[in-house]
Amino acid sequence: MSGRRERGGGAAAKAVIVPAALLMLAELAMRLTGFKSDSVAPPSEILVAAFQALHDGSIARATGETLLSAFGGLAIGGLVGLIVGIVLGSVAILDRLFDFSIETIRPIPPIALMPIALMVFGFGARLEIAVVAFAAVWPVLILTRAAIAGIEPQLLEVARALRLGFGARVFKIVVPAILPRLFVALRLATGVAVIVAVTVEITVNPVGLGYAIMIAGQSLRPDLMLALLIWIGLVGWGLNFALQATERSLFGFAMPRARP
Amino acid sequence: MNEPRRLEEFAVAAEAETLIEFRDVGVILGGQPILQGIDLNIRRGEFVCVIGPSGCGKTTALRLLAGLLRPSSGTVLYRGEALSGPRQNIAVVFQDYARALLPWRTAAGNVALALESLGVPAAERGDRARELLAKVGLAAHARRYPAEMSGGMQQRVQIARCLAQNPDVLLMDEPFGALDAMTRQSLQDEVLGIVAATGATVFFVTHDLEEAVYLGDRVIGLRPHPGRIGIEETVPLPRPRDQLTTREDPAFLRLRRALFDFTKSAKA
Repeated sequence: MSGRRERGGGAAAKAVIVPAALLMLAELAMRLTGFKSDSVAPPSEILVAAFQALHDGSIARATGETLLSAFGGLAIGGLVGLIVGIVLGSVAILDRLFDFSIETIRPIPPIALMPIALMVFGFGARLEIAVVAFAAVWPVLILTRAAIAGIEPQLLEVARALRLGFGARVFKIVVPAILPRLFVALRLATGVAVIVAVTVEITVNPVGLGYAIMIAGQSLRPDLMLALLIWIGLVGWGLNFALQATERSLFGFAMPRARP
Repeated sequence: MNEPRRLEEFAVAAEAETLIEFRDVGVILGGQPILQGIDLNIRRGEFVCVIGPSGCGKTTALRLLAGLLRPSSGTVLYRGEALSGPRQNIAVVFQDYARALLPWRTAAGNVALALESLGVPAAERGDRARELLAKVGLAAHARRYPAEMSGGMQQRVQIARCLAQNPDVLLMDEPFGALDAMTRQSLQDEVLGIVAATGATVFFVTHDLEEAVYLGDRVIGLRPHPGRIGIEETVPLPRPRDQLTTREDPAFLRLRRALFDFTKSAKA
């Protein structure tokens, strides 16, 4: 939260000062002391490694593999979460029946499913997609269920009083009412999907950014390892930024504008 | 502005046509009797106000008329036929305007919702919605979202949405309860103006006794547990009504006193 007066350039410049200074300091310190390590590299070398990896296409390929699994799992898990969430949100008795089961399955760390998933799917994209899907179900399911149950009953009453048909009720009342929260769910689930995809790659599946980091670390390339680490952060930030921008342009109405 | 209303009243007095009839109506919700033995006739063009302590079933009676609730016993007749559900010519102004408007639609969009339900072609909706908003003094605010409007403005949007239905009956559930005194008075007069211009029959629920006397042709008082009619007063005050002179009229003061005594005894 930056002050109101220092918008745009000023605020951005201030946000960059500290990290830039720290990087400069690290660079200088490592250069001056001749520091060598298997786990840390000077910022300049990280930068060089990043450019090389970008140039030879290895980052692009790894990113593609990771995102493919992340989005594939997100699509499957999100869809399941959406459907189950809609059903449980609209039928109170089913919600009570399934509540205990859901609350006991949900806390299982997706990574703990790896041994089973490995037996079922073997190595490869299907394994990764399956584990990501499991992880992506929950944020979508929980938020969809809450969004449906939280639709303003007065609005449904208005729909009845205006004698809106089923289709009009769904598309003019229910969908717009739950959409903002579904978008939050999508944002959360996307973050989870990337995290889980990389985790699966680091632990088991020999593809993607997670595997690339593992290999870089094991082959004593801290520069490349750290470059990939920063890259993963940038990918996550970019996804979130894109989704947030979409969200703002779609649901700007929720925020009352300044009144004259 | 009030001319048509007077003519209407003469016509109504001549035929005394019953538009709405409650016949021994009872409502039981969750095992609790909410309304019991309600017998009530409402003439066409009549402005009926309903008062009573909370829990007396005022809103339930309104929901029966709206077709949002079926009576557990007895019948509610509209033009001699049992009401079986919401009707196009019966419009409801809900109590909680903030929750009765679609927050993702502008004022015009909210009014258009009613037009959409009536099958008005998309090309005409915009103009019709703006016309209706102009009737409630919101011509300049058609593109505002509910969150950008004051409570009084939001309630006006709801009224405009009801007018879109071109209603014969206007059901209003404590529509001005949450508004400040000044806004309330101006909206009261606006509603009287609209009713005078359209000749609509009004069923107006309120907990404000003065409002009931000021607006109504007749005031019905309900007693709670279970809700039943406890008092029925015809309002002899002339129309058009005036916020100052009407409220000073001895008949106004006498009625206010009678209703006040009633609500005191009803609560006890």
